[in-house]
Amino acid sequence: MSSDPLDEIRVVFFQECSDLLEELEDGLYAMRDGEETDDTVNAVFRAVHSIKGGAGAFGLDLLVSVSHQFETVLDKVRSGTLGTSPDLIELFMRCADKLNDLVSAAKNGDESDPSVCTELVEALKKYDDPVAAEAPVAQATPAAPTSGDDGFQVAPLDFDFGGDDDGGSNAPWIVTFKPHAELYKRGNDCCNLVSILLDMGATSARLEMSDAPIWAELATDTPYVIWHVEMSGETSEDAIREVFEFVEDDCDLTLSREAAGKSDAPQPDELGFVPTQLNLADADEDDFTPQKLDLSLDEVDTGTPEPVEAAPVAKTPAASAAPPAKSSTPEKKPDAKSEGSSTIRVDLNRVDRLINLIGELVINQSMLSQGFESMNTPVNQQLSDGLGHLRQLTRDIQDSVMAIRAQPIKPLFRRMSRIVRETGEAIGKNVQLVTEGEGTEIDKTIIERLADPLTHMIRNAVDHGLEMPDKRVESGKTETGTVRLTAVHRSGRVVIEIADDGAGINRKKVREVAVEKGLVAADASLSDSEIDNLLFMPGFSTAKEVSNLSGRGVGMDVVKRSIQSLGGRVSLESEPGKGSVFTISLPLTLAVMDGMIVRIDDQLMVVPLSEIVETIKPSATAIHQLTPTQGVILVRGEYVPIIDVGYDLGFRDRNLDAKNGVILLSETEAGDRSALLLDGILDQRQVVIKGLEENYGEVPGVAAVTILGDGNIALILDVDGLLNLSETADYSNAA
Amino acid sequence: MPLTILAIDDSSTMRRLVQSTLSMSGYSVEVAEDGIDGLEKLEEVNPDLVITDINMPRLDGFGVIEGVRAHPTYNRIPILTLTTESAAELKQRARNAGASGWIVKPFDKDKLLMAIKRVCGV
Repeated sequence: MSSDPLDEIRVVFFQECSDLLEELEDGLYAMRDGEETDDTVNAVFRAVHSIKGGAGAFGLDLLVSVSHQFETVLDKVRSGTLGTSPDLIELFMRCADKLNDLVSAAKNGDESDPSVCTELVEALKKYDDPVAAEAPVAQATPAAPTSGDDGFQVAPLDFDFGGDDDGGSNAPWIVTFKPHAELYKRGNDCCNLVSILLDMGATSARLEMSDAPIWAELATDTPYVIWHVEMSGETSEDAIREVFEFVEDDCDLTLSREAAGKSDAPQPDELGFVPTQLNLADADEDDFTPQKLDLSLDEVDTGTPEPVEAAPVAKTPAASAAPPAKSSTPEKKPDAKSEGSSTIRVDLNRVDRLINLIGELVINQSMLSQGFESMNTPVNQQLSDGLGHLRQLTRDIQDSVMAIRAQPIKPLFRRMSRIVRETGEAIGKNVQLVTEGEGTEIDKTIIERLADPLTHMIRNAVDHGLEMPDKRVESGKTETGTVRLTAVHRSGRVVIEIADDGAGINRKKVREVAVEKGLVAADASLSDSEIDNLLFMPGFSTAKEVSNLSGRGVGMDVVKRSIQSLGGRVSLESEPGKGSVFTISLPLTLAVMDGMIVRIDDQLMVVPLSEIVETIKPSATAIHQLTPTQGVILVRGEYVPIIDVGYDLGFRDRNLDAKNGVILLSETEAGDRSALLLDGILDQRQVVIKGLEENYGEVPGVAAVTILGDGNIALILDVDGLLNLSETADYSNAA
Repeated sequence: MPLTILAIDDSSTMRRLVQSTLSMSGYSVEVAEDGIDGLEKLEEVNPDLVITDINMPRLDGFGVIEGVRAHPTYNRIPILTLTTESAAELKQRARNAGASGWIVKPFDKDKLLMAIKRVCGV
C-alpha cells in the first residue's frame, strides 16, 4: 500500500479500460446486428469517452487522439446528425481494435505505431465533417485535440494579446466587480474571489454599498455590493481574469490600470470579434476595454486561437460545426446494467485462497465421514444427519465459491471475432463469425488459458477450413464463409465447438502427408475419424507452405496438449464438402471434480466421473482375448478394446484376468470407446485436484493427485493419456 | 475540519485520480459512481463541494447540478463540473443549470486546487 498512488491508479485505469473496451465491443456488435438503440449508442459513446478521459490523465497521446476523433463521430451518431452504415460500423470496429492495441501497448509500456492511428483518425474525420476534413484552414482544430480540449491551455492564448497592451505600463490594476444574484445561486462567493486576489498580492479591497437601498426595501436575494480591489501592476491580466473565470457572466467586471487612461483602450480591430453574448453590455463603464470583458467563458472554450487573427473565419464550418452536433440527449433513462448489477472487484488471490480452504474443507469433511463409518458404532441418527448436512453444505459452499471464479466466455469469443476479421482480410476471404452461448460460464483460468489454442483453431478454420470465395461459389456455396463458435454446458462440462462450412478435411491428402512424414504405415487401415485425428499428431501440417497466419510454428498437437493440460479433450469431425467441426470439452473448474475411487492392484486411484459412461461387471463370455496382452469386450454388439490400467501403469507385470475385475467404459468426444479394466470400485465422491506437474513433473496417464478422506494420496487418472500410453505399449509390444 | 468533497464520476480511474489528488491536498473526498448515486449520497456525505462528471449513465452531470440546486439543504453549495467536454454550448447548459465552474479533463492538479479555492475559499 506504500506504492506510488499513481501506479495504483494506472492499474485501476487499465482494469477499467478492459471493461470499457468490452462494453464498446458489445455495443458495436449490437449496432452491427441492427440492435442499435439510444442506450447502445450512449454506452458506446461513454466507453470511448471514459477511455479518452483516463488516457488524457496518463498522457497517452495516441490513445487520446484516436479516442477523441472516435468520440466526435460517435457523438454525431448519438445526436442523430449522422446515420450509421455497415462501412461506418466496420470503421468503428477497427477503431475499437486499435484502442485495444493501444491500451495493451500502454499497459506493457510498448511503443505504438502512430501511422495506423493517423489513418484511422483521417478516416473518422471524413464522417466528422466532410467539409472540414478537406478545408486546410479548419484542419488545424482537430489536429491538436488535446490542446483544443483544454480550456485552461487555450485561454492564455487569447489573452496574450491583451498582455501586449500592458507592456509599457506597470500602473496598479483596479479590479471592480459587482456580483449578480446568479453568482451566489451558482454556489460562488465574492469573499472567496477577493481573498484569492488578496493572496495574489492585492494591496487593498474596498466594499462599496452605495447601491444598497434603505433597509425596508432590501431584497434578501439581491446583492448590492460593488468590490474595488487594487492589485499590483506587476500582476498579469491573465492571472486576474483567471480568478473570475467561472463568474465572468455572473458579475460586472472591469479591469483598468489606475493611471493608464480610460478612453484610449478600445481598438477597432479587436471589437471586430466581439461575441454575441454581451452579458456585460449593460455595464456602466463601456469605455473600459470592453473587448476583454466580452470574452465570456463560452468563447474561451471554443478553444481555437483563430478568432484573434481572423475574426471572419470564425463562421467557417470548422468553428460552427461542433456545437450543434453536441446537442447531447440527456441520459435520463436508467441504464439497466448499472442498475441491476452491484459488483465488487476482488483480488483473484483472495478468491483462490478461499478455494484452497474449501478444498481443505472438502477433504476434512470426507475424513470425518470416513472416520465415523470406521468407528463401527451403532447408527446415531443425529450424528449421521449432521454429517449429511455438512456434506451438503460443503458442496453448496464449494459451488458458490466456484461461481465466483466462473466468468462468461463472451470476452474470449469477442476476441475471436477480431481474429476472424483480421485473418479473413489478410487472405482475402469473406468470413462471418457466428457465436452462440456467449453467456456460458467457465473458470477464469480456463478462459485465459484457452485463448491461445482457440485463436489457433479459429485461424485454422478461416485459413485452411474455408475455401476461397470463387471456389465457394463454384461449389454452390455463398461467397461468405461461416465460422460458428458455440459454447454450451453439457453434463458438468463446457463444450466448445468451432465449426466451419468449408471443404472439410481432405482425407486423401492428410493420409498422404502422414505417410510421407512417417506418422503412419503406408498400408495402415484407418477409419475416417482416425485419419482426421492425424491432424493432432506432432509434426503434422497439411498446408503446402506454412501460412504466416495459422502457421506460426504451432501445430494442432500443441493445441491438443494445451487443452489436455486444462483437463479438456478435443476432437474433430469432418464431412467432405460440408465443413469440419472441432469440439473441445472442458471441465468447469480446475479445483474440484467428481471422481470415482477405484482400486488398481493395491493402489487407490481416482477416475474423473466425466470420463465414465458406464460401469460393467464383465462376464466371461463377453471377453475375447486377441493377443496375450490385448483383449476386447463385447458391449451391446460392439467390441471395445480393453485397457488394463494396472498393467499399463506398471503396477503389475502381467495382465489382470478381466473376469476378476471391473470395466469402466469411457468414451472420447469423437465417440471412440474404450474399456478400462480395474480391480474394483470403492466409492464415488468429490475430490480436490492438486497439481502434480508443479511439484513433481508430468506423468503420462496421470492428470493430477488428490488427498483422500483418510489422508492418503491418490492419483487421478488421465484417461486420454492412458489410451495413448496403452497404444504405444501395444506398438512396442508388437514390435 | 477538512472540506468534504463529493466527487461523482462513472470512470473508476477518474474517481481514484480525483480522490488521490484531493486527499493529498488535505480534503476529505467521497466518491459516487453516477448521478443517481451522487444525489443519493448527498445527505450521507454532507459535502461542502460537489465535483461532477458530465457524461454518466443513469443520470448525467446536468441532472446532478439540477438535483443539488433543488435540494433544500445543499442548493447553495458550489458545484464544479469535471469533464472532457469543452463545447461552449454544454458549458452554458451547465451554467444555466447552476454549475459554479467548469474544469476540463485531463485536469492539472494546481488548476483543480485553484478552482476549488475559488469556489470554496479554502
